[in-house]
Amino acid sequence: MKKYFHVINIGIQNNLTYRFNFLMRTLFGLIPLVAMLYVWRTIYEGKGAGSMVGDYSLAQMISYYLLVSVVDALTAVNEDDWQIATDIKDGNISQFLLKPIDYLAYRFCLFVSGRLTYLAVAASPLALFILYFHKYFVLPADFTTLGWFLLSTALTALLQFFMSYTMAMLAFWVLEVSTFIFILFAFEYIASGHLFPLNILPRGVEQALYFTPFPYQLYFPVSIYMGKTSGMDLFRGLLIQAAWTTAAYGLARFAWRRGIKKYSAVGG
Amino acid sequence: MLATLNRYLRIYAALWKNSVTREMIFKSNFLLWIVVELLWFGLQLSLIGVLYLHTDHIGSWTKWQVVMLIGASHFIQQIFQAFFLINCTNLSELIRTGKMDFLLLLPVNTRFVVSLRQVDLGGFVNATSGLAVMAYAARRLDLFPGFAHVLGFLGLCAAGILIHYSLMFLLASISFWTVRAQGMVWGYYNLFQIARMPDEAFRGLFKVMFTFAIPMLLVSNVPVRLLVNKLTSPLYLVALLAMSVICFAVSEWGWRMSLRRYTSASS
Repeated sequence: MKKYFHVINIGIQNNLTYRFNFLMRTLFGLIPLVAMLYVWRTIYEGKGAGSMVGDYSLAQMISYYLLVSVVDALTAVNEDDWQIATDIKDGNISQFLLKPIDYLAYRFCLFVSGRLTYLAVAASPLALFILYFHKYFVLPADFTTLGWFLLSTALTALLQFFMSYTMAMLAFWVLEVSTFIFILFAFEYIASGHLFPLNILPRGVEQALYFTPFPYQLYFPVSIYMGKTSGMDLFRGLLIQAAWTTAAYGLARFAWRRGIKKYSAVGG
Repeated sequence: MLATLNRYLRIYAALWKNSVTREMIFKSNFLLWIVVELLWFGLQLSLIGVLYLHTDHIGSWTKWQVVMLIGASHFIQQIFQAFFLINCTNLSELIRTGKMDFLLLLPVNTRFVVSLRQVDLGGFVNATSGLAVMAYAARRLDLFPGFAHVLGFLGLCAAGILIHYSLMFLLASISFWTVRAQGMVWGYYNLFQIARMPDEAFRGLFKVMFTFAIPMLLVSNVPVRLLVNKLTSPLYLVALLAMSVICFAVSEWGWRMSLRRYTSASS
């Protein structure tokens, strides 16, 4: 176990070298978010005072986007998938085959350290931002809701990581994986609730999305926090989320085993 | 003067030939990137579709006007991408590896080679999807723009592309200071997202900043305003044209400042 703590430690130090990069990412990332909030405000104003979109008031809509950016900061995969793909392509994984270290666990430690550093850097701009909108930022109904939200967020992080890891495994078979990563990312972006809350979609479309893992990559924890998912739906959702996470884990392990058989250590 | 122009055109033709050859080596990759771009374009359109499920106007912009805006914005972005984007992002690599030395030694304007070395042919293919969406939106709006309208639109698009290029090039020049500037491209993608939003949604400091400091709200809004007869004031045109000249001048100044810092890399 100790060796993995070392990996996290090294990962954090490595990431801190690029703290400026992280800071820029956060700041630039806030721009489209602010733009989106402006667009919504204009839409609500056009509809008249006290109007609703779906079951969202303007304040709730703004909270939604603020929460999305928080959950995203906590769980999003940064450059892990590219790095894994490069490791495979350049033959860097050969050394892991010889050492008593599990590559998936190793990458997971780096993912965790990446998130920790990102949070450390992004925390202050993000906090200032939320403070600015504080009158829109709702607190969760009670501690249990907060607890379920945190659990679901942790599962989201795992799901994000395993899915990206599996995608990166494609590098064993194809030369250029970035296109595939971008295609998946496009689906994640729209179907996970990045652009708008999923329950303002027509009912049928929303229902269909729940058959994919995407809502569980972002929308689901946010909806728990906002009290849009509760009771039986909450438990059923968590079970489904856990199932997707386990499936993604299994697929990641499977893809690695198949990949290794084909692997020929190019340039290694 | 004419001789110089002729010489640069010939150099550029050679660069084109090079790029075509390069693209054709990775044909399947070339096609896959087109799929990726189409997907993201569709995603933006679906966002508008969802927004307009719940309202019928954003400011005074109606649904099909915004669709026109998204199409035009895509068109502008893709043409920018075709000519300039890779070259801007490659700049940090040129500096990191010290390959910049060779370009500085060439008997041509360095900014010219650095900016136009590679052509991304996929950009032209993707630009047509933007045009197709615009054509459809025009039909829904019962617009039949005349020749002068279209010409004016294209001219304004060129000004918008100049703004995109100048800002991106300025950002890329930062890599003379911090060598790792990968976050930069990603950062600029965020700015593109503002360019396709209807300008009337914004106000206050945000609007001032993205009109006069980083003129994203002019780049595609003004050309579309011309096309859909929404130019309520000639100031829009003046602002776009003036900002494109200013941005270019600033980027040239930044480039010269940065170049002075270049010390090559240990090779």
